[in-house]
Parts: sequence; C-alpha cells; structure tokens
Amino acid sequence: MAHTLSPPVAAEQHFVGSWQSRLLRSTLNNRNLTIGLLIITSLGLVALLAPWLAPHDPYLQNTANRMVPPIWHETGSWTHPLGTDRLGRDYLSRLIYGTRISLFIGLVVALISGLIGTTLGVLAGYFGGRVDAVVSYLLTTRLAMPVVLVALAMASLMGGSMLSVTLLLGLLLWDRFAVVARSATQQLRDAEYVQAAQALGCSLPYILLREVLPNIAGALIVVATLEVANAILLEATLSFLGMGVQPPSPSWGLMIAEGKAYMFFQPWVITIPGSALFILVLSINLLGDGLRDLSAPGGRNE
Amino acid sequence: MWAFVFKRTLIALSVALTISVLCFSLLQLSGDLALSIGGPEATAEQVEQIRVEYGLDRPVLEQFTTWLWGAVQLDFGRSYYYQSEVMDLVVERLPVTMTLGILALAIALGVSIPLGVVAALKRGSWIDRTAMAIAVTGQAMPNFWFGLTLIILFAVKLQWFPAAGSDSWQGFVLPAVALGYYATPAMMRLTRSGMLEVLEADYIRTARAKGLRTGTVIFKHALRNAVIPVVALAAVELGFMLGGSVVIETVFSLRGLGQLAWNAISRNDYPVVQAIVLIIALFYIVLTLLADILNAVLDPRLRAR
Amino acid sequence: MSNLSSAERSTAPVSPLLTVKQLRVDLPVAKGTLHAVRGIDFHVERGEMLCLVGESGCGKSMTSLALMGLLPRKAQVNADCLDFDGVDLLTVSDRERSNLRGARMAMIFQEPMTALNPAYTLGNQLCEALRRHQRVSRKAAHDRALYLLERVGISAAEERMRQYPHQLSGGLRQRVMIAMALMCEPDLIIADEPTTALDVTIQAQILHLLRDLQQEFGTAVIFITHDLGVVARIADRVAVMYAGEVIETASAQALFQAPSHPYTQGLLRCIPTPGKTLPGSRLQAIPGVVPNLVEKVDGCAFCNRCDQADELCHTTPPLQTVADGHLSRCHFAHQLANPATINAQEVTL
Repeated sequence: MAHTLSPPVAAEQHFVGSWQSRLLRSTLNNRNLTIGLLIITSLGLVALLAPWLAPHDPYLQNTANRMVPPIWHETGSWTHPLGTDRLGRDYLSRLIYGTRISLFIGLVVALISGLIGTTLGVLAGYFGGRVDAVVSYLLTTRLAMPVVLVALAMASLMGGSMLSVTLLLGLLLWDRFAVVARSATQQLRDAEYVQAAQALGCSLPYILLREVLPNIAGALIVVATLEVANAILLEATLSFLGMGVQPPSPSWGLMIAEGKAYMFFQPWVITIPGSALFILVLSINLLGDGLRDLSAPGGRNE
Repeated sequence: MWAFVFKRTLIALSVALTISVLCFSLLQLSGDLALSIGGPEATAEQVEQIRVEYGLDRPVLEQFTTWLWGAVQLDFGRSYYYQSEVMDLVVERLPVTMTLGILALAIALGVSIPLGVVAALKRGSWIDRTAMAIAVTGQAMPNFWFGLTLIILFAVKLQWFPAAGSDSWQGFVLPAVALGYYATPAMMRLTRSGMLEVLEADYIRTARAKGLRTGTVIFKHALRNAVIPVVALAAVELGFMLGGSVVIETVFSLRGLGQLAWNAISRNDYPVVQAIVLIIALFYIVLTLLADILNAVLDPRLRAR
Repeated sequence: MSNLSSAERSTAPVSPLLTVKQLRVDLPVAKGTLHAVRGIDFHVERGEMLCLVGESGCGKSMTSLALMGLLPRKAQVNADCLDFDGVDLLTVSDRERSNLRGARMAMIFQEPMTALNPAYTLGNQLCEALRRHQRVSRKAAHDRALYLLERVGISAAEERMRQYPHQLSGGLRQRVMIAMALMCEPDLIIADEPTTALDVTIQAQILHLLRDLQQEFGTAVIFITHDLGVVARIADRVAVMYAGEVIETASAQALFQAPSHPYTQGLLRCIPTPGKTLPGSRLQAIPGVVPNLVEKVDGCAFCNRCDQADELCHTTPPLQTVADGHLSRCHFAHQLANPATINAQEVTL
C-alpha cells in the first residue's frame, strides 16, 4: 500500500529491481536452464583451460601403453584415468582438447549460419512480395538438399579440415534461422513502433537493425542454441565418416571412428567420447528449452 | 484443390531443377575429372583419351544439358569406379534404403504417436515425464553412436540381432531403430502439444456432451485433428532419414544407397554422388508434396484453398 | 431404468424433471478456490422453458456444465440434491452419466463456429450420438438426421449432410447444433447462450425455432442468457443468478411485472422498452463491481451495488416467498414486490 504513496520514480526503481530479481528467480526455478547453464559453463571452462587441465599431451603417442582401460576397470590406473587409445595417447587429455573442437565449430557455425539466415529471413519478412518469394524458394531448395550427404561430398572435395567443416556447415544450416526470422519479422512489420519509425523517415538499415532485430533477437537466440547443438552433432558425424576434422585432432567423432574397431572388446573407447558428445548436446538443448520457456512463459506446453 | 496441387508441383519441379544445377556444379568443382578418373599413374595421353571419352572436353553448358537430359530419362551416366551404369547401381541399392527408411518411420510413428497421446492425456504423470525425457535424450544422441551402442548391446552382448548385413529382416531391426529414434522426439512433441491443444477445443466438449465413449472422443474426435501436422512432419522426417541413411548404413554395413554414396564420395566417383544427391532430394520434394496433399485430405478446411 | 422413469412419468406428474438443491461448484485457481456456484436451488418442470439469467461470471455456465457432468476434473461439485428424473446425478457412475448425456439431456453451446469438429461431415456428427445411444441402423439414423435438419429449417438437407462445418455460416451451424441436440429426443436441453455469437436477425430466428421445437417435442429447456430481452420472448419461468447464487425465481410474467430483487430491477432498467424509454434518454447501468468469488462473501452479495442496502444487508438474506412460485433472496423482497407497501411504511415511520 505504501508504494502507491511513493513518487513515480521510486516506484519505477522498485519495479526494475523486482524485474531483475524475478528474472533471477525464474532462471533458478527453471530446472532445464539451470542444469544446461551449469554444464555448458563448466565445459566452456574445460575448453578454455585445456592446457592446464589435461594431464598429458593429447598427441603424445606411447606404443608401450596402448589400450589401457579406464580407472573403473581392475587394470586401470590413475596415470590415465580414462585409459589410452590404440596409439597410447591419453584419452582424458584427448577428450578435454576435443571440447575445444566441438565448442568452436558449434559456435562459429551458428554465427555464420545465423548471419546468413537472419539476413535472408528479415529481408523476406520485411519486404514480403518478390523478396519473400525468392527467399522462400531458396529455403525450399536448401531443405530439399540432404545435409549429411552434401556436406560429406563437399568436405571430400575441399579436403576435410576444421576450417572446411565449419564453413560448409555454416553455409548449410541457415534454414531454421531464416524461417524464424521471417515469421517474427512479418509479425513486427505492422507493429506500431516500426510504422512510427517508417513515418519518421528513418533509414532502412536503422529500422532493420534498431527496431526489428532487437525484437526478434530472443527467438533467434533460441534457434542459435539448437543450431550449435546441431552443428556439433554434424561435425562429429562428418569426422566419424572420415570427411571432417582429420587425425590426429582429438575430435570426439573421430575418436569414436578410431575406436570402432576395438568396441567389441573395449566398449569404453566409444562409450566415453559418445557420452561426452551426448552430455554436451543435451546441456545445450536444455539451455535452449530453458531460454524458450523464459522468453515465452505462456507458450510452454509442459 | 487442383490449382493448389498444380502450383505446388510447379514449385517442386523448379526446385528439382535448381538442385540438379547444384549437383552438376558439384561435379565441376571437383577439379579435373579426367585426372581423377585416370588415377595418379595415367599418362597425359590416357587422360586426354578419358577426357574425350567422357565428353569432358566439350563446353560446360553442353555437358550440363547432356547430363540433365540423361537424368530426366533416369540415365545418370557411368560410374568411374564401378564401371557400370549409375542407374543400375542405384536400382540395386534402393530397396535396402527404402526398407530401412520406411521401417524407421514406422518405428518412429509407432512410438511417438501413442506416447504423445498418453503423455497429453496423463499430463504431468510419470509417463509424461518419461516421454519428455526420451524426447530430450533422443535429440542429443548422435545417431552413429547410438547405432554402435545398439550393436554392442543387442548384437554382441545379447546376440539377438546381427550386427551387420541386409540378408534377413533381423538385419534391419537395429539400423531401423537407430534411424527411427532420431525422428521420434520431434514427432512425439508435436503429437503431445497437438493433443493438448485439441483436447481443449469446443468440439471435444460437444462430443462429450453427446455422451460418446471416451475412446470415441479421444481417437475419433481428438487424435484425428491432432495428427494432421504430425503427418506432414512424418513425410519430412522420412526425407531426412533417407538422407541420414548414409550414416546408419555405414555403421551397420547395409548395402543401400547411403553406403553407396559414402563409397562413391571416398573414391571421388562423382557421377554416383551426383545421382544419389539428386534422387534423395527428389524423394524429399515428392514427400513434402504428398504431405501437403495428404494434409488437405485430412483437413477439409484446406481443401477449399 | 427407463422403465422406472416412464412409470414415474405416468404416475407422478407432479415431480419435476430436474431438481437442484444447494448446488455448489468450487474451482481451484492460482489464488485459492473460486466459489463459482454458491448453493443454488431451482427445478425444471417437464416441457417448460426455464431461463437462467445473469451477467458473465455469475456461475450460470458452470451450473449447466455441472448438470451435464462436463466440468474439468479438478472442479468440485456438491449439492443436497441433484435429481434428474429419479437419477441422482451426484452419485451416478461415469458410464451411466455418459449414457444420459446426448440421450436424455443434450446441450447446445454458445460458439457454433468451434463447437463442431472440422474433420467430419455434418451427417457423421449428427448420426453418431443416435448410433451410440440407440440400436438403430445407419439408414434410420441418417433419415432422422435428415428429418431434423429440415425441421430446423436447413434447405437441401441431403446435400448439407455431406458438407463439413467450415462450409456453413454461424447461424446454420447453430441450427445443426439444435438438430444434433434433438437427435435422441432428450427430455432436457441445456442451451448455453446459443444466440449470443450470432447476428441479431439470426438470433431472432434461432429463438423462434427453439421455442417452436420445444413446444412441438415437449422438451424441457434450460436457456442460459444474459439478455432479459431474450427472456421476455421465450421463457416460461426465470431464475436470475448473481455472484454464484440464484437471487430470484418467478414465472416470466411475475418477474417482469413485479421484480422483487434490486438486482433484477436494475437489470430491467438496463433494457430499453419501446414506448416507455424516451429516444435519446440514457439507459441506467448498475454501478459497482461483482464481488470476488475467490474470497468469502458475507451477507448479501449485491449489497455493495444496491442503492437500498442498509445494515441488515450485511447478514445473509433468506430466500423469501413473495408470491406463489416467486422467490427472492432479499431482506426487502416483500416491500420491493409491492412498492405501495414501502410508501405506506415510510409514511408510518
């Protein structure tokens, strides 16, 4: 009741404060978001601090020490907590360095494809008509292309490397960004503040960058998390099939491919990098789900 | 209705044409084809001979029209590596991939629709939570790794199914599960959210007010409407699965289109790669077209358009 | 069961078709419990048209859904008596309940645009209830549907049977809903604001149709509306609801001639009367807001909006009999029923 007597400014400050604490509270209440954020942050730290965290050089071969099982086996030892691979390289160190590859490719691919998809989608949504028809056509064509197959073929042409995989996936995975940006912009086009900006004679780049983009950013961030996860899975797939990141890089997909021959007798050689991939992608998806719930609490179906 | 089908078909055809241009550019991008066909030991004369033999000395546009004209007649030229007609190779491999794709779709539908319906009906129950957990984990599981794990568990440890090969139906079980599992989460979420929305609809209340049995209300009145978007998604997912077969067929050593594509890619056998990319794209285009038509059949309101 | 009820029908014409005593509906909401219906009494005679009148949120739709057993599962329904032709609707099993629904009690909803399933033909949706409740052939069900479609004024009925809901206008769809309600010749039809969503001219047609059919088939109807103009045209008896209570019941004639509750009087002042209301003059609105039904309501629920309220109104008013069959939940019901008395009392005081 006292608030009604306080001056408007104070009331506003009170509102801002409660907005922030509300955001914090809803973040903490959102279990998906909390778990996802926690795992992602720790894996990000692992990637950044890899040289200090890794117990061994991930590329150092030791033929005397091949296929040492992980610690939970009777013959395991703390020297190599997750064992060694067929060339005697420390599995834990390779796993730690592999985090860098997955996260780098995931983030850069999402950045490139986000740039392409958002540009196309915003233009299609804002101008409609012929621009929209062209973008929709590009989108249909892109969706009809089998991603894994095209990426495999192109990677084999360009020669598999981290750079070529990143570029390829960046050029291929823009579809969802375009779809979301297009429909979100369509809804915004008729919004009053956009029309006001048009009436005031604001320049087109100003309207698109200052009025449209900030308002569709929330939806795009959710798409971005999904695409990071998607790119990480695709990189692993390409590397697994031998057309992605090349040996001796410790890509998780490559580790699974290299372990495939031994998996019948030493299943941990594929279980460990596979679980790492699973946990990383799962946490990104949880983060994405959580962000979606946060940005659209009413649209939640749970 | 027919105008709608006609328009969609027209778009589908032009998309197919664009993709064929892209496929052809793929061939051109792969560098000097005569060199890669001849291999490292070929002499300059041999390379020149290959160039003439494969028509690689003619202008690009002429090469493209020749190739496209052939493709329209289902003649994709000869494979560099297998030294046989590409179409023969494709026809030989296609049944395996189609069987795999359809089985995978059947598994995905068989799991996702009942689970989605029950999850929606018993919202918040343990079944609902299990279903959501399956959805979340399914989306995060790399399918090649899931396939390898299935091999370890069911082929090596339990020895229920063979680890590889397409000689018997048992050989298809694990790959179909691995492929179908990937499509399940999206379809299940869509079924669930569709059911939740439909169950709130006024016509469901009308159906209950008529004293219809619960089963009739759920299956005749609710599910029919909730399942319409799932049908469209299923067609799209089948298209994705055919594309994804390259991974699963490699993992399970199935002699299908995907494995052929992978072999062709690793051997720079571009006429084969080209053909398979185009064929899978065509499948996708036809499937989405069918989905649109099926949607119109299922939803009377769309027929008017 | 049907034997019993038909025996009852012949021997005991005095027993009403539906008796409701102290019906309460509670809904859990975010801030507590919404007491949507707070102990209402009314009855429906065989073949009569009872109008439940009240503004939105007064609990009239909740009442109808409670009678049909269509409330969401979390809603709690309590009553001293909820008797439908000898069947206790409180203890009836789900199975028997669904045997009653559509067969002996049917419902027409407010929104004809969304009340029909878009995926099935009208014929399909018309016939399914009859086929569910009675052992009739496909042909017989079809013929019955055809007859009723014609009866509710739909031309080219044979063709309409094959059409889908989206091909019909709102008015036509509501006619289909009426035909659908009549399929099994129910004893009771609950019509929940069936004309609110329609154009005014269509409204009048649908009202006439309902009234005609009700008399022709001898079906009892609970007609729910917020519009006293509609009530005046069709009702045999009226129950006025306010804030989850029935505050006045009377025959339609008595209600319009001698309204005995300030709320009813207020409602009547809200409608223009041709010849009495001067053109350009303002209609009166009732000031104030309806009490929050999540909180406990003490005393008369209307007292905060009533210009005649005094200290006495903070105690819950009893249901008073003003005349035979005319009840009012107001401390001053008798004075209101006969304005002359008030004047006389004022003079004596």
